[in-house]
Amino acid sequence: MQRYILGRIAQLFVSLLVVVTFVFLLSRLSGDPVQLMLDVTATEAEKQALRVQLGLDQPFAVQYAVYLRGMATGDFGRSVLSRRPVLEHIGERLPNTLMLGAVAIALSVVIGVPIGVYSAVKRGTALDHVARVFAVLGQAVPTFWLGIMLILVFGVWLGWLPPGGKSGPESYILPAITLGYFTAAAIMRLTRSSMLEVLGAEYVKFARIKGLRERVVIWKHALKNATIPVLTFSVMLFVIFLGGAVVTETVFAWPGLGRLILEGINTRDYPIVQGGVMVFSAIYLLANLMVDVLYSYFNPKIRYARPGA
Amino acid sequence: MAIVEVERPVLVEHGPRRVWSAVRQLPAIPTLVLSVVVVFALFAGQVAPHPPTEGELRMRTKPAAWVEGGSTAHLLGTDDQGRDILSRIIHGTRVSMAVSLMAILIAGTIGTVIGLVAGYRGGVIDALLMRLADVALSMPLILIAVVVAAVAGPSFRNVILVIGLLLWPRFARQVRGETLSIKENDYVALARVAGRSGSYIVWRHIFPNIVPSLLVISTLQMAYVILLEGSLSFLGVGVPPPRPAWGLMIAEGRHLVWTAPWVAAFPGIAMAVTLLAMNMFGDWLRDKLDPKLRQV
Repeated sequence: MQRYILGRIAQLFVSLLVVVTFVFLLSRLSGDPVQLMLDVTATEAEKQALRVQLGLDQPFAVQYAVYLRGMATGDFGRSVLSRRPVLEHIGERLPNTLMLGAVAIALSVVIGVPIGVYSAVKRGTALDHVARVFAVLGQAVPTFWLGIMLILVFGVWLGWLPPGGKSGPESYILPAITLGYFTAAAIMRLTRSSMLEVLGAEYVKFARIKGLRERVVIWKHALKNATIPVLTFSVMLFVIFLGGAVVTETVFAWPGLGRLILEGINTRDYPIVQGGVMVFSAIYLLANLMVDVLYSYFNPKIRYARPGA
Repeated sequence: MAIVEVERPVLVEHGPRRVWSAVRQLPAIPTLVLSVVVVFALFAGQVAPHPPTEGELRMRTKPAAWVEGGSTAHLLGTDDQGRDILSRIIHGTRVSMAVSLMAILIAGTIGTVIGLVAGYRGGVIDALLMRLADVALSMPLILIAVVVAAVAGPSFRNVILVIGLLLWPRFARQVRGETLSIKENDYVALARVAGRSGSYIVWRHIFPNIVPSLLVISTLQMAYVILLEGSLSFLGVGVPPPRPAWGLMIAEGRHLVWTAPWVAAFPGIAMAVTLLAMNMFGDWLRDKLDPKLRQV
């Protein structure tokens, strides 16, 4: 177990190194950043001065080393546009992304688990069918489209909720539903199938034979064991949410990290992109690591399934 | 492939009866939807009532035909440049199909080769290649795709390359796993005894056995690729305008939600229906060919 976790942590650093190297190469490949940062009227001397200031006159390897050191120590430089440290920008945006993710997770669990339980218990009834349609649609409806349609219905037609931006608690509702629908559907499916498995187990039969009320049997005895895969999956939701963050934040003009990176790309603000991708990937990889560790904890088979691990 | 056909034992009877019984087993609705999508993609120019990129300014933001103010000339209405939405959706199937087929081809080829080599060779090569796959799998896919597409410039070719190059580990993992179990078979050992080379064994004895799984993964991944391409185009780093990609159409319609909501609504419905059909078809194919793939 320990060896497995250590191996996974080492892998996390390799992944991170690959990501940041990749972004470094890309930003260098895309041409001279000085051209983009200065006016077209800038003289060659001004350009050269900026190059020296940014360290672009150094050899490639030195630039890379300086860049890596910056990435490792959290010194991401300053935004080209605002001239403020990149870390400040990230500090402003990251909490919004994490909060939205947390609300969406809560929402998916609150919606997905009860529906999944009912769907399993009332298997084959109309309610089960409706729930399964809901789940299947969750796989197929594009997130960005769902978001726009929610804005249309609740923001434009009904006028109940703000169509975008972050204001009060009510501004969380639409983005959280958009982000959480896919996962609520996934949780529902998972709860349903693991409940079905558990409901056929001997101890559930025994609880019934003991004469316990059906409600107690289902919600206490059965659900307790059925939640293990669901719990593990909830951490994985976080990974999925981070992946969907860029899109959802764009739809709702949500001031999060994904949006920041995209803005950085659109304005060629490479320090923002580099720092943003670094922080985003680190969180993403960490969440991924947690998922793997949790899975291997609950299911030891996984530990031996990979070569060398 | 012809050689492979000969080597395989003939288990099924051929002829029209066989074909008919196979057709009857297809899941009706998904097959119908996918057939329509394929026809649209192949014959977009003939099927679509209007050219996809040329609009009539007189006919700007007309609603669908059944809504007041709509006309039967534009069944699903027009966008803010007077372009026919139905025609753009029909031409959009071509973009989605082309991107997903080519991206899957790239990812499938790389993934299969790496999976075969890793599974057959084992040892250090296996460990290295699978670590590489782990690293690639743990990447935030959309984010990387956005960065690459933005730097390399949004283009049709770049979208395909980015998605194809990011998706190979999903194939590699599966192929490696199956190679590991197939190579334990007696006929592989016999081929080795007979002095066949590694590449011959992999190509003639192992590869044909993983083709069914490859088909299943490809179908299921295709839906994912269409979604991914849609997201990239929506973010403005995918297929560039004026090409009618569904994600791009939804992005353009986003700003018209107040005045012309149908511009974003219809391409999304088209996309959801296609993805739904594709997922259902993929699930069916999986259960049919290879129930042990349930985890994929």
